[in-house]
Amino acid sequence: MADIKKIATRESYGNALAELGDKYENLYVFDADLAAATKTGIFKKKFPDRFFDCGIAESNMMGVAAGMAATGKIPFVSTFAMFAAGRAFEQVRNSIGYPHLNVKIGATHAGISVGEDGATHQCNEDIALMRTIPGMTVIIPADDVEAKAAVEAAINYEGPVYMRFGRLAVPVFNDPATYKFEIGKGIKLRDGNDITIVATGLMVYEAIEAAKTLAQEGIEATVINIHTIKPIDKDIIIEAAKKTNLVLTVEEHSVIGGLGEAVCDVLCENYPTKVVKIGVNDEFGHSGPAVDLLKEFGLSAENIVKTAREAVKAK
Amino acid sequence: MDATLKKQLEVTACKIRLGIIEGVFNAKSGHPGGSLSIADVMTYLYFAKMNVYPDKPDEPQRDRLVLSKGHTAPALYSTLAQKGFFPTDELKRLRHIGAMLQGHPCITIPGVDMSSGSLGQGISVACGMALSGKITNDTYKVYTILGDGEIEEGQVWEAAMFAAHYKLDNLVAIVDNNGLQIDGKVEDVMSVYPIADKFEAFGWHAISADAHDFDALEKAFDEAETIANQPVVIILKSVKGKGVSFMENNVAWHGSAPNKEQYDQAVAELTAHLKELEG
Repeated sequence: MADIKKIATRESYGNALAELGDKYENLYVFDADLAAATKTGIFKKKFPDRFFDCGIAESNMMGVAAGMAATGKIPFVSTFAMFAAGRAFEQVRNSIGYPHLNVKIGATHAGISVGEDGATHQCNEDIALMRTIPGMTVIIPADDVEAKAAVEAAINYEGPVYMRFGRLAVPVFNDPATYKFEIGKGIKLRDGNDITIVATGLMVYEAIEAAKTLAQEGIEATVINIHTIKPIDKDIIIEAAKKTNLVLTVEEHSVIGGLGEAVCDVLCENYPTKVVKIGVNDEFGHSGPAVDLLKEFGLSAENIVKTAREAVKAK
Repeated sequence: MDATLKKQLEVTACKIRLGIIEGVFNAKSGHPGGSLSIADVMTYLYFAKMNVYPDKPDEPQRDRLVLSKGHTAPALYSTLAQKGFFPTDELKRLRHIGAMLQGHPCITIPGVDMSSGSLGQGISVACGMALSGKITNDTYKVYTILGDGEIEEGQVWEAAMFAAHYKLDNLVAIVDNNGLQIDGKVEDVMSVYPIADKFEAFGWHAISADAHDFDALEKAFDEAETIANQPVVIILKSVKGKGVSFMENNVAWHGSAPNKEQYDQAVAELTAHLKELEG
């Protein structure tokens, strides 16, 4: 696996915008002085007349995008997740969510894998914030293939979409030849009877790797990629829970309000099942190399294996 | 201004004021003061200025208005009803459960171009609409109305920077300078003065006018149309509660509804004024 190609999903996002710009002439991109980091700069280079820098003023940017959408254009707005979902939460809620405008929010640098910049920029709360907004679609792609497909799906969907991308280069494990993305449809990557591992974003690859190790120990895991946290694919989760009677959720986000809670919401109402959550445990991150931080916070295949093993043993 | 048009506008403004009182009274809540202070400019925009189509509210080339000071929705609703977007009877159900007319503007209401009410946000949306029009050479204009207290919101100045940077000369912002906000006089709560100088420093062309004089409004909006490569702000010196004697310049009427007695008095005053105008 050492040779697997790695691409940051923010890079996939920028490339997708640039590639889709020809096909979708109604697509416009806004950024808040972070085009080099969010990778919307790739689009800017190719379509300078369809790119607008808003300066360091995220709240206004969300409103501007709402106005663009209200006149029939498809705006993508980008900044770091901290500022898109955090700083501009109320603008997203009231100017985009309430009027249900066709704005696509491409939030990058989500989670603690931001790395050295530390806690102020490591947003572990954005999924929680965005999924509370009625009518908001929340998508977290796991790799390059999925990220690009998600961007095109978002363009073809009418309504507000929040997409979460990462700074860290992550393995490209989906096969572009066979991969199909559908908003709201989870993807079963592996079948097993002992435990269901539900993951999102960069933790999907870690979950796949963990399942391989667990299999060597005789623990067979079902692995599900929930790329759309909202609307969530209830059926795939309930079906897997019925088969394994044990669920482990894994996300690079606070354990409060994210994937884990979304899965619990589904199961407690439909098929009460024990759920163990791996995520950031109600604490702030700190500075350090992204890869080391992920390990430290338990966001690794190793910790998934350990946690799954214990959970299966306690079954 | 042509005398006949002026008389028509004064009559319409009076009817709009009656609709505001009707709406707020029946809702038993709402914001009459700031609604009454913008009744004349709303009248001027919708009956003398803007290209809007009550039978085709979503016409792509229509002029747009974002009521950034969304709490004065009764003024917008009463104006749209007078213009024929929906029956005036709807005003009696303002803020009621199941009613079309929400406490603050909602984009699903015919003629309402944007949901608004969280202060500071409407002007950004107006900027987006104006930029969109510039990009595709559309002919429509975008108007947004802000309260003087509202411009204490930082987002207003983010938007002010944006509008000047992108030379949005199809955008006109109107500041309703009635001098009062919930906690008291604007200059006592958090002074926003000098308003014109601030917008000019941000790269806008600023015009000041009397909010309750249709000749002055016409002159201001005509001047706005001569300005190229710059957004325009029209600062309207207004009277909060204008047209209802006991509400005028009284901050208590920012966000409270009249009781039956007060309602009767307000209606009597406005009806008398209307009769006088209609001669």
